[in-house]
Amino acid sequence: MIDVQNLTKYYGDFCAVDDISLTIEPGRILGLLGPNGAGKTTTLRMLTGFYTPTSGTIRINDLKMPEDTLKIKSMIGYLPESAPLYHNMLVYDYLDYVARLKGMNDPKRRLSRFRELSRLCGLSGIMAKPIGNLSKGLRQRVGLAHAMMSDPDILILDEPTSGLDPNQIAEIRDIIKGIGREKTIIFSTHILSEAEATCDRIAIINKGKKVADDSTEHLKQNARHRSVVRLTLQNAEITATLDHLKAFDASLDITVTDTPASEGISFELCCKDDKDIRRDLYLSIKKTDWIITELARQSLALEEIFHELTREGA
Amino acid sequence: MTPIKTIALKEFKDYFISPIAYIVISLFLIVTGWFFFSTFFIYGRADLRDFFALLPMTFSFFIPAVTMRMFAEEKNVGSYESLLTMPVSFTHIALGKFFAASVFAAAMLLPTLSYPLFISFIGNLDLGPVAGGYIGAVLLGGAYCSIGLFASALTRNQIIAFIIGCAICFTLTIIDRMLFFVPERLVPVVEYLGANAHFTNISKGIIDSRDLIYFASVIFIFIFSTDIAMKEKN
Repeated sequence: MIDVQNLTKYYGDFCAVDDISLTIEPGRILGLLGPNGAGKTTTLRMLTGFYTPTSGTIRINDLKMPEDTLKIKSMIGYLPESAPLYHNMLVYDYLDYVARLKGMNDPKRRLSRFRELSRLCGLSGIMAKPIGNLSKGLRQRVGLAHAMMSDPDILILDEPTSGLDPNQIAEIRDIIKGIGREKTIIFSTHILSEAEATCDRIAIINKGKKVADDSTEHLKQNARHRSVVRLTLQNAEITATLDHLKAFDASLDITVTDTPASEGISFELCCKDDKDIRRDLYLSIKKTDWIITELARQSLALEEIFHELTREGA
Repeated sequence: MTPIKTIALKEFKDYFISPIAYIVISLFLIVTGWFFFSTFFIYGRADLRDFFALLPMTFSFFIPAVTMRMFAEEKNVGSYESLLTMPVSFTHIALGKFFAASVFAAAMLLPTLSYPLFISFIGNLDLGPVAGGYIGAVLLGGAYCSIGLFASALTRNQIIAFIIGCAICFTLTIIDRMLFFVPERLVPVVEYLGANAHFTNISKGIIDSRDLIYFASVIFIFIFSTDIAMKEKN
């Protein structure tokens, strides 16, 4: 159970994190979403004890920062944003160093843990290579092994999939989902589909403030209160069509979208409620001699919420 | 205790994985060897007095070069973040790095043990001052390491860390030659602050508790300041 209350961080005059509160149940995956510079990394850094908050409290189970920082640190595995590692060390030496610092003094236990992690993170071929020679993706895996070294209860991952190729992203996602069955995971990302695919809960941060915090399901459901229908017609004129559509339903919010003339004319019809207007729309257009080439309903999923909440000036 | 040992061991190995150790040790040997032996046969004395007299000066350039990377590089590369989020305290880190640097400074002195060895063949060498000199050199090395460490904790730029470290060490080395500019009442205070006088005492073979306390306090003050500097930056 992680309990964060009124967390605030100032860098001089600049407020990077403004009064964020979060509670995370054990065994859940929380995604921290936000545009660049929203304060995701700062929040995570405060959770890991790297930064001291300007104000606010962080509690993990019954431990409290800053009194029990050392104990808290030993419960957390952290993967920093750019997986920074010592470039001149070999992967094995690095993992050994990390394991010792995390208090694994028994050499047998270290060795068996290295074997496990090597299998889990796919490190078997690179154990004897200097970290500086590894590609970004491989370094990210070494960082992940570092974070999971002492089998911590809480994993904090800062943009774990940034800079990876699509296959690696899928792999890392699978790893996260796999661990997430038993552990609490907090990870930050600016990729929406990623958060949607892996998280139980999503918190959206913008300009240091928390603007949304709900289960992934809920967020998606709320988004469906408005839906957009995309309509493309051939053999029709804009003014006539607009009149027709207004007559069909005056409450529709109609925008004409750019399409090549050969395709016909396209509209985006935004409904105020969740009603499906496609059936009625078809029946009403059937009476004319226009040809429908596209009639599709798009649900406003996370992306739309994200844009709405994090727009400039929002 | 274990995290300190782990960090110290890793930092010490780092010197020898990269070319730093070999370059610094060779240069140190060339510089000290050159200055010492260029006049050694002219004076014809079987002692190491000139070698030790020069040591505070050479150390005030070489030690900051050894310590400048300790924090500055970690901060610059970003590994500082992973280090600080491991279950170790600031004090563990500062002490671990301090011991690594001090042992390295001692390792730098190790090859110079051949000087007394060879001199003892050609003349009658008094071992007291030599032993005292090496004890003093290790203490001086430790004190300058703590200064260099502090300088490194202040910045993420290694060159700045080097220059700050040099400046403080150099000041401590030459301050007792600047007494001329100091008001008369302050002379004993400023004289006590200089590292040179204390080191010279020990290297004569006189092990005085005042000198030991001086070096111990310099080490303590600067490691403590390093600790504060680390906390302050977060």
